[in-house]
Amino acid sequence: MSFVTDAVLADPAQAEAVLDLGAAPRGFRGRIRGLRAFASGGLPAEELERRLLELGFVEGAEVELLHQGLFGRDPIAIRVDSATIALRRREAAAVLVEPAP
Amino acid sequence: MNEMSAGLRDLRIALVGNPNCGKTALFNTLTGSRQRVANYPGVTVERKEGGFLTPAGRRVRILDLPGTYSLRARSPDEVVTRDVVLGQQAGVEPPELLVCVADATNLRLALRLVLELKRAGRPMLVALNMFDIARHREIEVDAGRLSAELGLPVVTTVAVRRGGTAALLEAIDAQASPEPGTAVWEAPDAAGLRALQREADRILAAVVRVPDRRDAVTRRLDAVLLHPVAGLVILLVVLFLMFQAVFAWAQPAMDLIDGGFQALGAAVGALLPEEGAAGLLRSFLQDGLIAGVGSVLVFLPQILVLFLFILLLEDFGYMARAAFLMDRIMGGAGLHGRAFIPLLSSFACAIPGIMSTRVIDSRRDRLATILVAPLMTCSARIPVYTLIIGAFVPDRPVGEGAWSWVGLQGLVMFGLYAAGILSALGMSFVFKRLLWRGQPTEPFMLELPDYKLPRLRNLALGLWQRAKAFLRRAGTIILSMMVVIWFLSSVPRPPEGADRPAIEYSLAYGIGQAVEPLLRPIGFNWQIGVALIPGMAAREVAVASLGTVYAVQDAEEDAAQLGQALAGKWSLATALAFLAWYVFAPQCVATLSVIRRETGGRRWMWFSFAYMLTLAYLAAFATFQAARALGAG
Ligand SMILES: Nc1nc2c(ncn2[C@@H]2O[C@H](COP(=O)(O)OP(=O)(O)O)[C@@H](O)[C@H]2O)c(=O)[nH]1
Ligand SMILES: [Mg+2]
Repeated sequence: MSFVTDAVLADPAQAEAVLDLGAAPRGFRGRIRGLRAFASGGLPAEELERRLLELGFVEGAEVELLHQGLFGRDPIAIRVDSATIALRRREAAAVLVEPAP
Repeated sequence: MNEMSAGLRDLRIALVGNPNCGKTALFNTLTGSRQRVANYPGVTVERKEGGFLTPAGRRVRILDLPGTYSLRARSPDEVVTRDVVLGQQAGVEPPELLVCVADATNLRLALRLVLELKRAGRPMLVALNMFDIARHREIEVDAGRLSAELGLPVVTTVAVRRGGTAALLEAIDAQASPEPGTAVWEAPDAAGLRALQREADRILAAVVRVPDRRDAVTRRLDAVLLHPVAGLVILLVVLFLMFQAVFAWAQPAMDLIDGGFQALGAAVGALLPEEGAAGLLRSFLQDGLIAGVGSVLVFLPQILVLFLFILLLEDFGYMARAAFLMDRIMGGAGLHGRAFIPLLSSFACAIPGIMSTRVIDSRRDRLATILVAPLMTCSARIPVYTLIIGAFVPDRPVGEGAWSWVGLQGLVMFGLYAAGILSALGMSFVFKRLLWRGQPTEPFMLELPDYKLPRLRNLALGLWQRAKAFLRRAGTIILSMMVVIWFLSSVPRPPEGADRPAIEYSLAYGIGQAVEPLLRPIGFNWQIGVALIPGMAAREVAVASLGTVYAVQDAEEDAAQLGQALAGKWSLATALAFLAWYVFAPQCVATLSVIRRETGGRRWMWFSFAYMLTLAYLAAFATFQAARALGAG
């Protein structure tokens, strides 16, 4: 768990507005507040966090949920700055975002 | 030699960068056709190496490395990139200069990689590629400022334009012979990655001005192509068109090749007498060599059309979208979303398909894909299917009016492909349950690149490489198997005044008789038994072998008329069983050896051989018995 996330979640006023990207609807726009990685798909939490970071999911980055699949609205395509990344909602849940005003 | 080039040593460089940043395009433009594709020792990661001369006369050897987002290699592909970059790859001299290719329209992740590479202490320069697109989209990148921020030379390139590499060539010439030195690199942890990305973002803010963040064409296309429903429908249509094209477009070229070989065979036949030792030579040239090579080469057009589609879709940027659309469906079968691309390539040939599974990080997910990839209908089965369908399925439309454009033969072919796909999905589901007890698949994460207009030059080079690989195969394995099968079916020659067909005196007849009892329950005769044996080397040889066996058997019949001959000799039930057998047929030595190499042992090779053989037998058995029960015996 990253220190940024801890700080975000500790502040109730901020935690209000924060949701995880895995739950976001299509068309959602927002900014990454932190990562809260967990073990997923056989990867330890720490490894999932690093993979997300390598694809640009870093605090402060702007995101937009562009597309979603037919079955269970999965996977999703996320615009992160200049790149478009496809991933499943399950792993996207590790990315905490606040909606753009 | 002039003064300038005298001071310039030869140089070894390597292209590194994110996937889709244009490394291969740059490699193709720099080297032209002076390139070679081989494998890194011990692994089947494709090693693309080439050479070129700079304007100043410097000789440069260049490597096109697999794309990566970080040196923290997770897949076999990325391991090669890391090891070459760090100078630790066995059999590869460390590159003296890294050319870090970055997509100027998508710099964020590229810059993070550049910073990571720079930390590793390798001599490098940055090529801001796709500069034409950046300019068109009014993305302003200050290359001078970027160079100052990074402390590295930065040039702009347009990989797909002839003059687009001038600045890069100049920079390579300006490069004093660098000392590679020792690489120091340690996998960054999460905090390290954050720090690198922050630094990259800071530089980005200083050097790039972007008026509109998204490519308008990509946005509009994706609205349709990634639409939850329309996207899936379009994907199906694309696949269907691909298979129709394989048959419709390739036909004229196939007829030409077929005619050419027949004429050649007839010409040779006219030169030599039928009797005596010269008769044996004549039979060898005509039935063995010319008919054998011809019957395989005739499929080159179909294979090229198939590869043309795959290369087009890849260059266009659609392959990643297909993986996105198919992810859940693949996931239902226990496969990784990324497995879609290897499986689609397996339609051309399981070998590149299995090799491209190296983009899948997890070993288990990779293994599952490797095991089922040979079930996808590879182009080597096309000859078998075409022959049998041509002989037993009437060439007429499926229906009237709206259906009149769908041919019955094409529909059966589509059905066979569908059977391959469904069995691949089914088997991976079974493997997942039985072998790995439902352990989870690794997360699906994939960048969707902007759409690009495919370039003729890249397509041509890609097709040329496939054609070469196929011809080499036809010239070695297939040709030698054809010689063997001709030998078996022609030796010994029948005695003078023999009253039975010549083939019944041959070694092949003995072999066929020996395996026939095993094959009787699935409706195969001894001729098929003989053809299956050399078919072990390569599936398409089975057709040529059948041709040889029947040609030697009835000397008056031409191997090219094989379809008609079979229609008279086989029952419909046998033909259907033969098709069912080939949906699963494990006979392909090259595929088995790639499986051995990729999985690092014989165990999985034998496993896949055994399970496919079992499936083939069961499928042929069920088909034959069912067809007979329905009166097609
Ligand atoms: N317009 C333009 N297209 C490019 C350029 N470089 C590469 N491309 C295209 O970008 C796509 C991906 O390039 P490729 O070389 O396969 O990327 P790789 O994954 O890094 O090897 C292909 O369709 C190329 O034709 C460029 O400088 N300008
Ligand atoms: Mg490439």
